[in-house]
Amino acid sequence: MYEFFKTLDRRWIFLMMFLAVAVPILIIGATGRTFPEEPTSLARAVFHAIEDLPEGSKVLLSYDYDPASEGELSPMATMFAYHCAAKRHRMYFMALWPVGPQMVDDTIENVLKKDFPELEYGKDYVNLGYKSGYEGVIKVIITDFTELYTTDTRGTPWGTIPMCQEVSSVQDMDLLVNVSAGYAGTKEWVQYAVTPYPKLTMVAGCTGVQAPLLYPYIPQQLQGLLGAIKGAAEYEALVTECYGARMARRDAEGNPMVDDDGMYVIRGKYTEGIRRMGPQLVAHLLMILLIIVGNVIYFVERRKEGRR
Amino acid sequence: MKRETLIWTMVLLFGALLFLANGVMRGAGRAYVKEVPMQFVNVAEPGEVEADWIRYNSELALDEALCTQRFEEIPPELRVSWTRLEKAERGEYLTHQATEGADNPYRVSVSRTIGVWVAALFTLFLFSFLYKDNPLYKIAEASVVGVSAAYWMVIGFWDVIVPNLFGKVAPGIVRVWAIPGLEDPPNYWYLVPLILGIMLLWRLVPKGSWIGRWPLAFVIGTTAGIRLIGFIQADFLSQIRNTVIPVVAVDQAGGFAFWDSLKNAIVIIGVLAGLVYFFFSIEHKGVVGKTARLGIWFLMVTFGAAFGYTVMGRIALFAIRLEFLFDDWLWLIDPTMKRVPDEVVTAAATLLTALGAG
Amino acid sequence: MKRTIPLFITAIGGFVLIAAVFSGYTQSWGEVAAIWFDVLAAIAYILGGGNLMKIHLKKISDRTEGWAYSVVTIIAFLATLIIGLGKIGVNPSEQFPDYAWSGSYREVGGPFWWIYEYAFKPLTATMFAMLAFYVASAAFRAFRAKNLEAVLLLGTAFIILLGRTYAGVWVTGWLPDWLSGLKLENVTVTIMKVFNTAGNRAIMIGIALGIASTSLRVLLGVDRSYLGGGEE
Repeated sequence: MYEFFKTLDRRWIFLMMFLAVAVPILIIGATGRTFPEEPTSLARAVFHAIEDLPEGSKVLLSYDYDPASEGELSPMATMFAYHCAAKRHRMYFMALWPVGPQMVDDTIENVLKKDFPELEYGKDYVNLGYKSGYEGVIKVIITDFTELYTTDTRGTPWGTIPMCQEVSSVQDMDLLVNVSAGYAGTKEWVQYAVTPYPKLTMVAGCTGVQAPLLYPYIPQQLQGLLGAIKGAAEYEALVTECYGARMARRDAEGNPMVDDDGMYVIRGKYTEGIRRMGPQLVAHLLMILLIIVGNVIYFVERRKEGRR
Repeated sequence: MKRETLIWTMVLLFGALLFLANGVMRGAGRAYVKEVPMQFVNVAEPGEVEADWIRYNSELALDEALCTQRFEEIPPELRVSWTRLEKAERGEYLTHQATEGADNPYRVSVSRTIGVWVAALFTLFLFSFLYKDNPLYKIAEASVVGVSAAYWMVIGFWDVIVPNLFGKVAPGIVRVWAIPGLEDPPNYWYLVPLILGIMLLWRLVPKGSWIGRWPLAFVIGTTAGIRLIGFIQADFLSQIRNTVIPVVAVDQAGGFAFWDSLKNAIVIIGVLAGLVYFFFSIEHKGVVGKTARLGIWFLMVTFGAAFGYTVMGRIALFAIRLEFLFDDWLWLIDPTMKRVPDEVVTAAATLLTALGAG
Repeated sequence: MKRTIPLFITAIGGFVLIAAVFSGYTQSWGEVAAIWFDVLAAIAYILGGGNLMKIHLKKISDRTEGWAYSVVTIIAFLATLIIGLGKIGVNPSEQFPDYAWSGSYREVGGPFWWIYEYAFKPLTATMFAMLAFYVASAAFRAFRAKNLEAVLLLGTAFIILLGRTYAGVWVTGWLPDWLSGLKLENVTVTIMKVFNTAGNRAIMIGIALGIASTSLRVLLGVDRSYLGGGEE
């Protein structure tokens, strides 16, 4: 056994990781059963930052990520848009990453156009698009949007878009919401927007790699943070608890479906994060097992060398 | 042929046949679109220079005499049309197929179905590297390099250079070409970044590499200037302020909050100990050495947390790729019920409700 | 001269942006410098693409090992570039249907969108997805509890890995309410908010001082490494 693990080809470990993620995905996909989520204080802070704003508030949503981080961040992006739309906040989408506008387009198609057809582009939401320069963009738009954004991403002049006429800079926003995969992202928004202009309030969702690095900003510079897929799952649990009736699947009469425990059966596109916690659990247990086995081999080897 | 190669070839062939059979017999991997006709009519008065385009079947069209005709009968110079293909799901296709038959706006999209298979093959080619480096992986890797570089170039051109550079220096040309709504007058200060940009591109030329130093110097200088202020404000001064927290905390009722006080004290001690560790100008001996050791322990806990979160992040990225393969390509799972027509969903819902009530 | 002027440009560019923070009169200069920086960043993408072409064309012409893959790179690059820059297959904008070039280059259904959805997205996403395997392999081969510091690191990692999933709830769910602070999910929160915050704050302060000193060295011309070597 010891020799087997000592000389274990890493491809067997790859196979174990594949099975640890694939099998739960198949089981959860087939049965629809997921683990319950108990939101922590940071997820609640994010939820209340959006929920407690008066209806019609101006929210800047900056989707600073690309397909490489979609696994962790698209559930957050979806729920931020849903939550803001449900509260009838006016959403100003933008991106500091080149592929960010594509993420915004996907969110608008999947969430706003499908579930909020009453919302009008230009009056309730607008996609401002991408501008290059990373933190240089923040430095400009914090005082004047139109220095960089003369049109929205469709080419419509700024001055002809009703909701753009009401804002001149980021300082006019009631809340900043950032979905971030790295540089430029939440850290740059904190450094160049929130810190120099403390009246701004910001919440963010970020990848697992970034999350620990952003804790020093909480709560003075960053009100709330959704860290990795777990944060996304907690936020989904909070939003679906509050807006479950609207997000639920419909029965033949058009009423929201309810399961045996009296909980709303939420449509699958709004439980992405919760579903992904299943494979997370199994993969985490595998990681712990691998570390323990690796250390057992190490200590056995050390004892053998000590005896020699 | 070596035995191992033979076995692997047979396994891969069998797998390929299985996937193809799944695609052909079950229709797995098919993508659907909704055809939306986009018809526009120019209702400007004769003699007006600027056009006034409205959607043919919109509310505004009800008041226009021109729109009372059939679209094909409107003079060609006053109408424009194309078909927009919106993303759709099999469930929507099936739902409308039952009611609309031949008039169903939803249909299978051959190009997008090919796309799903191309995406799945690219995914498998890249994953094949985990077994062994091979030509298929190298082709996928070469593709991602080429596509990424060109993709960013196109984005930089259309999102920034056209509106924010050409659109400032020569707005008239950009207005008739790509951004008809552009209203700004020319701003010739933008000739400076244009010239600096041309100098930057000079780096591609073998001779005269010194020319590229000017824009590079500008970029370095502005970056250094931006970052100096940003890091001092947010990461130095603000972090010191954030660490000035009460070690004798008081709760809302006015009593001593023990746990909050303890947490605050640990944060302060941890920050100071960590900073002492990073102070390499003093030898880490005696009290300084012990404090630095405490600092390392705090940093080890920090790194352990970072590792835990990093693992969490990586696994989620892998999970979404498998969801694509199992859901969109192989049709093995359907967690969002997107391939089921509405009546099946509602019938299942009725059945489940009846069973639950029973 | 060829190296002196860039030093002045660096200093002026940087100090204008610093002065913009301290004086309202110079704020607009800072904005102008930032806008020019943003435009140059977009032109840098063109430089990147041009450089890629140069390197791979050289590989093909020199017939170095693996030059056939450079052909694949060039074909993928040129196809994406021509389709994207030419807005091939893109319909006009709804506001200006008589302007053929007014549509968004990213229009859903167009060839450029097809390349994004079925080539760029799966390729880049899968590249990063492979890291999950390497992190597992590395954990098995490299993480050893050799000393107290390593034990602290691994112990924290175990608590986080368990506490951020339902496993943590299940392992310590039996604890009574008065010991709820010891439940794994709550211990995780405490570790992140207290110990992780303290450690990362110390690192952040150290990095901030490092960035400040490096920036000043660059702006004052002490550090000239960005100008490169060479006789010119």
